[in-house]
Amino acid sequence: MLFTILLGLISSILLIPFGKRFKSSWSILLPFVPTVLFIYYLGYIPKVASGLTYFQEINWVPSLGVNFNLKLDGLSLLFCLLITGIGTGIFFYARTYLKGHPYFDRFFGYLYLFMSAMLGLVLSDNILLLFIFWELTSISSFFLIGFNNDQEASRKSAMTALTITGMGGFFLLAGLILIGNVAGTFKISELIEYRDVILNHPQYPLILGLIFLGAFTKSAQFPFHFWLPGAMKAPTPVSAYLHSATMVKAGIYLLARFFPVLSGTDLWTYTLMGIGGFTMLYSAIHSLFRIDLKSILAFTTISALGMLVFLLGIGTKQAVIAASVFILVHALYKATLFLVTGIVDHETGTRDITRLSGLKKVLGPVALAAGLAALSSAGLPSTFGFIGKDLIYEATLHVESHWILILTVIAVATNICLVAAGFMAGFKPFIGSLPQEFEKLHLPYKSMWIPPLILGGLGLIFGLFPGFIGNYLSYQTANSIYAGDTEMHLAIWHGFNTVLILSLVTLAAGTFLYFINKPSAEKVGFIEKFEKISPQQIFTGYANDIVKFSERFTNFFHNGYLRSYHMKIILFAEGLLIYKLWQSGPIKIVFDNLTPLTIYEVAVVIILLGALLIVVSTPSRLTSVVAMSVIGYCICLMYVFYSAPDLAMTQFTIDTLSTVLFVLVLYKLPSFLNLASARERYRDSIVALGFGAILSIIALKVLYEPIKTETSDFYGENAYILAKGKNVVNLILADFRGIDTMFETVVLGIAALGVYSLLKLRLKSSEKE
Amino acid sequence: MRSIILQTATRYLLPILLLFSFFLLLRGHYYPGGGFVGGLVASIAFVLHSFANGTEATMKILKRKPLSLIPVGLGISAVSVVLPTFFGLPPMTGLWWEEKVPVIGMIGSALFFDLGVYLVVIGVVLTILFTISLTKD
Amino acid sequence: MELLLVLVLGLLYAAGVYLILRRSMVKLLLGIMLLGNGTNILIFLLGSITKGKPPVIDSNHNVFQDIYADPIPQALILTAIVISFALTAFAIVLLKRVYALVDSDDLDDLNTPEEEDI
Repeated sequence: MLFTILLGLISSILLIPFGKRFKSSWSILLPFVPTVLFIYYLGYIPKVASGLTYFQEINWVPSLGVNFNLKLDGLSLLFCLLITGIGTGIFFYARTYLKGHPYFDRFFGYLYLFMSAMLGLVLSDNILLLFIFWELTSISSFFLIGFNNDQEASRKSAMTALTITGMGGFFLLAGLILIGNVAGTFKISELIEYRDVILNHPQYPLILGLIFLGAFTKSAQFPFHFWLPGAMKAPTPVSAYLHSATMVKAGIYLLARFFPVLSGTDLWTYTLMGIGGFTMLYSAIHSLFRIDLKSILAFTTISALGMLVFLLGIGTKQAVIAASVFILVHALYKATLFLVTGIVDHETGTRDITRLSGLKKVLGPVALAAGLAALSSAGLPSTFGFIGKDLIYEATLHVESHWILILTVIAVATNICLVAAGFMAGFKPFIGSLPQEFEKLHLPYKSMWIPPLILGGLGLIFGLFPGFIGNYLSYQTANSIYAGDTEMHLAIWHGFNTVLILSLVTLAAGTFLYFINKPSAEKVGFIEKFEKISPQQIFTGYANDIVKFSERFTNFFHNGYLRSYHMKIILFAEGLLIYKLWQSGPIKIVFDNLTPLTIYEVAVVIILLGALLIVVSTPSRLTSVVAMSVIGYCICLMYVFYSAPDLAMTQFTIDTLSTVLFVLVLYKLPSFLNLASARERYRDSIVALGFGAILSIIALKVLYEPIKTETSDFYGENAYILAKGKNVVNLILADFRGIDTMFETVVLGIAALGVYSLLKLRLKSSEKE
Repeated sequence: MRSIILQTATRYLLPILLLFSFFLLLRGHYYPGGGFVGGLVASIAFVLHSFANGTEATMKILKRKPLSLIPVGLGISAVSVVLPTFFGLPPMTGLWWEEKVPVIGMIGSALFFDLGVYLVVIGVVLTILFTISLTKD
Repeated sequence: MELLLVLVLGLLYAAGVYLILRRSMVKLLLGIMLLGNGTNILIFLLGSITKGKPPVIDSNHNVFQDIYADPIPQALILTAIVISFALTAFAIVLLKRVYALVDSDDLDDLNTPEEEDI
């Protein structure tokens, strides 16, 4: 199983160096990988159908509990087949669709990356591994949505999608780590044993909330649904693959995967039923008012995802069966419709359904595929969609008493809208009279229309032989979601019952709605008004506010004036220090412990303070340099007084050299300009004096801290024994801490080199102003 | 800035100050002094000479660019750090001659280390000051 | 008396901070040097301070006979003094180059030409 993930990743990487060749001659090899993988997973069907589950484990980061744990059960297999199967069709399709595109190779690189990430996501049995692949799908989706990166709308949509799904990813990570901590294991297959622990844990609502946020953002549930219509800026194969059939179902997969562990509580049931129910109805109604084919499909996709969330929320045996079948039903017809839309767009250059009609005369097989998909989506008896719809009604009719009516009504209302929307997308462009402008159209290359035809045809075949697909695939899918036997038996005919009546009512009402609903640009304008108060506006509003805030924040702190940075840093430090000093209590001064005061010291300090005053106030550079050297010599004398002869000598020589240095460089420069107003200078002197006072207080406090002398004593005692010397300061430098000194000299050398190169480097004439 | 008195004085001061700086270096292990101070005093000697006679004249006495003293000094220090490992001891272990040398005291690898520091300091200070004074703009 | 050192260090810091809040590059450099000196004295105060007892063992003995000044702060400060010289030298040369380029000592003038270039 691991190789299936790696194969795509390796192909993705290989496209970087060899991409150019794939653009032309080798491009037929591109769909090879998904085809092989699809056949590989087809081979698993009989084994998994007999109830087997496959595991594979490779050590990766055992210390963090992250191992490459892979697991293949019914649910994973369904998704693997969708990913590779639909993927095969998409790869063939996209090769023609994007022929001659300058970024052809890049596109397939992203597509491979996505396919691997998605396979990894559905196969991983470790929640951290799952998260990694989850994020990878978001990232590859970002690149694919923004594929036409020269269009601003495309870039914006990509950013929105990444922001929403990325944000959801963070929540998901938090939720997954929490669940791992509560259960004590990161293996998904082991989590189910800790179901009771997790359900009764006080953090259960938090875990559930976080995981829901992850799933809802990914699967475009209200109020995070708006990124999906935006994602339709991607090339059509991407919309078909990622944003209807596979990636958006990752959220559903997550809920299904954690269904056995987390479901069964009121919180689970009512949240999912509420959000899913609202989303499916809301976006089904929205889809009726759209005139862009892709937009219609986007909203019906959201609606279908809402339906799946809703079913998982109901959580009964029937609901799980319905969900596991509906995933497949929806993937088949929605991918078909998207691919057909792509062909229509590719050939006619428009996706506006008010302009498209009668295309069946020129695009015969395409119209057939679209018709099959539309019928499946409408749930006409003998299509796979009919079975899916039946199971949904079955599920809503088998819940606890007082909910039956509400849930069934919501489901029926949604389905009526979906029927109409499906007809709008699948029938409307192909029937009626052919406008003149489209008469010269001809069928595209067969690699473009065969994949949708196969997918649409499968909807019919599965509908005619539901027992076949049910026994081999959906039964085990439902079992792995439900974690038990669901006793599922799919059949065309269930007898004449309420479900059948509801199905027929839906179909009739939907058809009626299709005929009376005439979408137009005005209606789009009308429905767009609702978007003003929709979550999208709120999100973008927040995003803009954050940008504005960070702009102001940066402009305040990073305004380009060094002194203002200094001011802020110093004020902040003062604030912190005052707070700490305030906390630490009063200062005490014990005069007896101090060394006696001598007249020399007082004299030196007075000279020093005088020189300091001159440095601060003089307008002449030379005066200030001389005063600086006086300060240095005074400090040198202080070292002499306080028994530090080495320091005194060093300070003396360094001070001399610094003065020479200053004079060498500065004596040519003019005198200081007075650049600050009196007010600024007063303000600065207050800040400065405050800082000095704070440090004095700290020094006073330090003076009365007990001093730890172990280290000093060690040096003192061992000076002669270990280092055979008597000047301890020098011994520390040249012996005990010799390596430090060694590197200090290296630093000195670097400084000298810096000075040397800075001066030897001649200014170019252009640099001189 | 050329004055005869200073020129004459530095002619004698330079060797005396250099001797003094070497003295500071050697006795650093027992009394205040050491590589840093010694190097700084030696640099001051050269700087004083350059003030009196011009930097070019001082460069003539040095014969080489002061920059070349830096790698030499670093090399000596590094050798004294690594040397003990050839005797199977950890780096930086002090190695000592058994006999005491008059005036200096005992000679050991730490002294060589200090000598390296001394040379680096002279190299650094003179490089900085001489490049500045030789650059005209 | 240590209190004098405390006073000196406070004022060194105050003068240093005042100078780095100015617009002149030379003043900035002087301020950094003063801050460095102030920090040296602060480190000096951290050890036990004594008068007239340098950390040098008497030539007749092999260990200290009396209390002695703390050698560790002194070793640290010695390093700091030398390094700060290297820093000063580099900064001065940098300043010289900037002055040759911009023909001004005003830090604010460093902002303007760059913006005009854009």
